[in-house]
Amino acid sequence: MTKPWRKIAPDAFDALPGQLGVFEFADDGEQVVYIGCADARSRFGLRSAMADALIRCPAARGFRIEVTTAYRSRFLELLMAYRAERGAIPIYNDAVPGLGRLSPG
Amino acid sequence: MPSRGWGGCHRGNQMDLSLSEEQSLVVAMVRRFVAQEIVPLELSLDTDADELPREDYARLRAKTEAMGLYGLDIPPEYGGPDIDLMTRTLLAIEMSQHRAGLYAPCYGVFGGAGLAQLFEASEDQKARYLFPTLRGEKKGCFALTEPSGGSDPARAILTKAVREGDTWVINGAKIFISGADKADYALVFARTDTDRGRGGVTCFIVDTDTPGFHVRRVVHTLRAARYATELGFEDLHVPHANVLGEVNKGFAIANDRLSRQRIPYAAGCIGVAIKAHEMAVEYSKTRETFGAPLSSRQAIQWMLVDNELDIRNARWLTLEAAHRADRGEDFRKDAAMAKLVASEAGGRVVDRCMQIFGGYGVTKDFPFERWYREMRIRRIGEGPSEVQRHIIARDILGASLR
Repeated sequence: MTKPWRKIAPDAFDALPGQLGVFEFADDGEQVVYIGCADARSRFGLRSAMADALIRCPAARGFRIEVTTAYRSRFLELLMAYRAERGAIPIYNDAVPGLGRLSPG
Repeated sequence: MPSRGWGGCHRGNQMDLSLSEEQSLVVAMVRRFVAQEIVPLELSLDTDADELPREDYARLRAKTEAMGLYGLDIPPEYGGPDIDLMTRTLLAIEMSQHRAGLYAPCYGVFGGAGLAQLFEASEDQKARYLFPTLRGEKKGCFALTEPSGGSDPARAILTKAVREGDTWVINGAKIFISGADKADYALVFARTDTDRGRGGVTCFIVDTDTPGFHVRRVVHTLRAARYATELGFEDLHVPHANVLGEVNKGFAIANDRLSRQRIPYAAGCIGVAIKAHEMAVEYSKTRETFGAPLSSRQAIQWMLVDNELDIRNARWLTLEAAHRADRGEDFRKDAAMAKLVASEAGGRVVDRCMQIFGGYGVTKDFPFERWYREMRIRRIGEGPSEVQRHIIARDILGASLR
């Protein structure tokens, strides 16, 4: 994801779309600390999925989103790309069993 | 739904529309399994999920093993259940009757054969790839299609393999390859003779951790959960011992798979169509408009009639193809007809059912929108409709249309 980071403020998520999609949280240094997705079980799409995920990411200071109906494959792609670059998935993400390998080259 | 009782088995040279006692039992068992084990689990999964949590997968796999139905596509001599293709097709119709059923029938708890081509591998290759795959220790992927085209693999294969002593060096690219990012090995088709068309393609078994094997990117499609990948090969060194079959005879390996795959592929479309139709029939009886149930409207009745016709037509052709294959007859044209009719009919049925459900039909509260997206892909995957018509026309006219 290459969109600019937006600051996490108390009401930062209120105006977010209720659509399905993927999101990233970053720390003060704009390093990705969590990659998430709003799937079809989320109550208000990205808005509620991000609010729920923020609880587990105390170091998160910035966010960016991408609305997409291919939320699951995009979520896995972001995780794989992150791991290909850094050697591990973001610190607040749980292990994803069977996560594939990318070598973008 | 009345049509669910129709199955089809073969006695002598004739197709019989009734199931044998054994088929009835096994079909009923799988139908019950889908209704009692798979459908309830889907309530807690994302609507686009195509995998079960590991503990659920392990629990259900143990059940299919206890049922004697694990590894449906594994030949009996390798430990699979001894069922004919007709019965396998009937089961595929049942196994797809849930939300993820088209591309993840029963979430894989009935197992799979992996890559059937490996049954023809050398003993050494079987030991290194086939048996670990059957034990669930290794995964493989099938890498045929290239950016230059998928429907005409004999000409479109531009990936090159050049022999250097006991090693082959492969360079090129593949696209729309499922599972490559999780695979331990890939069956890679490469051109080994530039002057011989389909007679110049060889199949290699390639370990995916070999330097030069790259999974370049995820290819996003209408399917939200399962994705394809794009592969790149840069000076990929593969030992000659990893040639599957014979040099320059890889196209026959690919082609055989493409024909065989079309029958269960068609069956999956039929299963989803049956389930969608079943839901629409029930809904039309309870949903009222202008003071009367939808089912009283001729416009709805005709949609349901067309569904019934589409399903029966597709099922007949698909079971006939399975019947011919079981009898050892040439079934290439029949498999093409089954794939063509079932994938197109399935799309029409799901579309009509969405229409009957109105606004609800397009929500993620119901499975129709997923089936609609995935069914559209079925008209392209495993050979698009136009290629199936090409195969049928070639058979009718008794000549090559190349």
